[in-house]
Amino acid sequence: MTTELKRILLAEDNANDLELTLAALQQHNLANEVIPVRDGAEALDYLYRRGAYANRDDGPPALVLLDLKMPKVDGLEVLETIKGDPQLRLIPVVMLTSSREESDLIRSYKLGVNAYVVKPVDFSEFMDAVRQIGAFWAVVNEVPPGAASQEP
Amino acid sequence: MSMFIAGAERIPISRKLTRMNMLVSTSALLMACLTFFAYDLLTFRDTIVQNLSIQAQMAGSTSVSAILFNDVETATQTLAALEAAPAVLSAEILTPDGKSFARYRRPGSPSGGPAPVIPQGQDEVHVFAADSVGVARRTVIDGTETGVIYIRSDLQSLYARLASYAVLAGAVLLFSAVTALIVSRLARRTVTEPIVEVATLAHRIARSNDYSVRASVTAAASSEVATVVEAFNEMVTGIQQRDQALAEAREQLEARVRQRTAELDVAYQDLEAFSYSVSHDLRAPLRHVTGFATLLGQHLGPSADERSRRYLQTMSAAATRMGRLIDDLLAFSRMGRASLAPRRVDLGQLVREAQAELMPDTAGRDIEWDVRELPSVYADPALLRPVVVNLLSNAVKYTSTRPTAHIEIGSIRSEDGDAVVFIRDNGVGFDMAYVDKLFGVFQRLHRSDEFSGTGIGLANVRRIIQRHGGRTWAHGEVNQGATFYFSLPEPA
Repeated sequence: MTTELKRILLAEDNANDLELTLAALQQHNLANEVIPVRDGAEALDYLYRRGAYANRDDGPPALVLLDLKMPKVDGLEVLETIKGDPQLRLIPVVMLTSSREESDLIRSYKLGVNAYVVKPVDFSEFMDAVRQIGAFWAVVNEVPPGAASQEP
Repeated sequence: MSMFIAGAERIPISRKLTRMNMLVSTSALLMACLTFFAYDLLTFRDTIVQNLSIQAQMAGSTSVSAILFNDVETATQTLAALEAAPAVLSAEILTPDGKSFARYRRPGSPSGGPAPVIPQGQDEVHVFAADSVGVARRTVIDGTETGVIYIRSDLQSLYARLASYAVLAGAVLLFSAVTALIVSRLARRTVTEPIVEVATLAHRIARSNDYSVRASVTAAASSEVATVVEAFNEMVTGIQQRDQALAEAREQLEARVRQRTAELDVAYQDLEAFSYSVSHDLRAPLRHVTGFATLLGQHLGPSADERSRRYLQTMSAAATRMGRLIDDLLAFSRMGRASLAPRRVDLGQLVREAQAELMPDTAGRDIEWDVRELPSVYADPALLRPVVVNLLSNAVKYTSTRPTAHIEIGSIRSEDGDAVVFIRDNGVGFDMAYVDKLFGVFQRLHRSDEFSGTGIGLANVRRIIQRHGGRTWAHGEVNQGATFYFSLPEPA
């Protein structure tokens, strides 16, 4: 049993959604280390260690939770960038969005998303979904080597 | 087209005319020839007979004395003089009592039969045979019969005449046939050529649909033919004009269809964009309402009183319900726009899958399923499944007040070959007075606290079945259960 902390990069532009997601993660002790970013550009800055995150010295996150609709750079573009970059391709990406549109589903899977979860309106269902995501990706799932931080 | 194939066995008009011409002229001439020749030959035969009679008289008178004096030798010599007449076959002198007195026979010819009897009161009698004619005549001197002369002649001359007449007739008929042929050639120009031209043109038009050709009217053509040609030309002009008008109308229609399709595409795109933003943007605030209501509840913790808790719950429930309504509406609109991919679907299998899907709702309930023989139908399985699920789910839902639910699923074949499926339950039923509202969007016949649901399921069912070309209807009685029907047409 490792003691490493599995970091979750959470990209969400809506403040309310962000608060709710964090609360849900917290309630299930999955907060671990959640890095919230407010749009796609910030998410990429984090991943590429530039801009505000130029001095980041830890490894890639264990999981990326992406919202679809974000200003500047939206979720699909971030997904495309991640899955197109050999350095970042291995990071699991889960779409967490309120859109159930088939076109979004198809495009996300075509770009190689690992999972696509629709945010339910009912909060208890939402909490359950977050718990399941967190429990699976951040605990049960074996991350690709080199993804998690090596030292706590 | 087939009439032209049969026409290959039909005779061209010019040949018919020629044949008719020849038939008329040759038969007329033949009649004339035959009549004339027959008359002539009969007359000729009479002449032969006359000659024979004269010869008999002469022989009779010159042999009178020989007969009287019983001078056989002189009589025979007299008769032998007849050798000079090459046609005479034989001659005989008989005594009044019928005995043969003197004879002559042309060398080489067979002897004729006995002389005929001359009836009383007559002086002469003629005998006709196939190749000879004979005359028997009484020789009378001063009223007394001295004997009978019987001369036979062959019919060579007659036959020779007949032969030459036949040759003549043949020559004449040949001449007339040739003349008829020539005349027919001339007739062609005025009679048959215009008609043949019309026929050829008609054939060409029928095969190539080229309406620009016209038949020509020659000045020599007869009036009816000219009428035919002119009428034909008018007809073709008419067809050409109508054809053009049709083509123009079709072009206009197609342009209009293209325009409408373009408009439809734009409308579809608008609808797509609309439902996309609805699904995304409308849900977010609802999520926030439920989320923060729950967090507030958690935050207040045990200090929250009953009323506060109830208010928070109501807010959450309302927001959740609105979320479900949005989902249902979106699904409904999507069903309406989705393209249909129909194929053979095993309805029995679909029902089994639906029952499996409803397991969470049927767990713990006492439900008697009566699933009859179900046919295979022609439908889009992806769209038919929600129909079956919805109808079964309704049956399950509205029988929840019964201790034992009876749900019957079966099918019947209608008169026009459609498959009709029914789902019958023994649930709370409905008042037939409101049957029209049953399939309406968001229409409900029960309050939400009696039975949950958004009221869109049956509207979806109707929409989907309608898109398949089928019908939906229902029959129910309050507290006696309900039966829901839908039909699916068989492909032609």
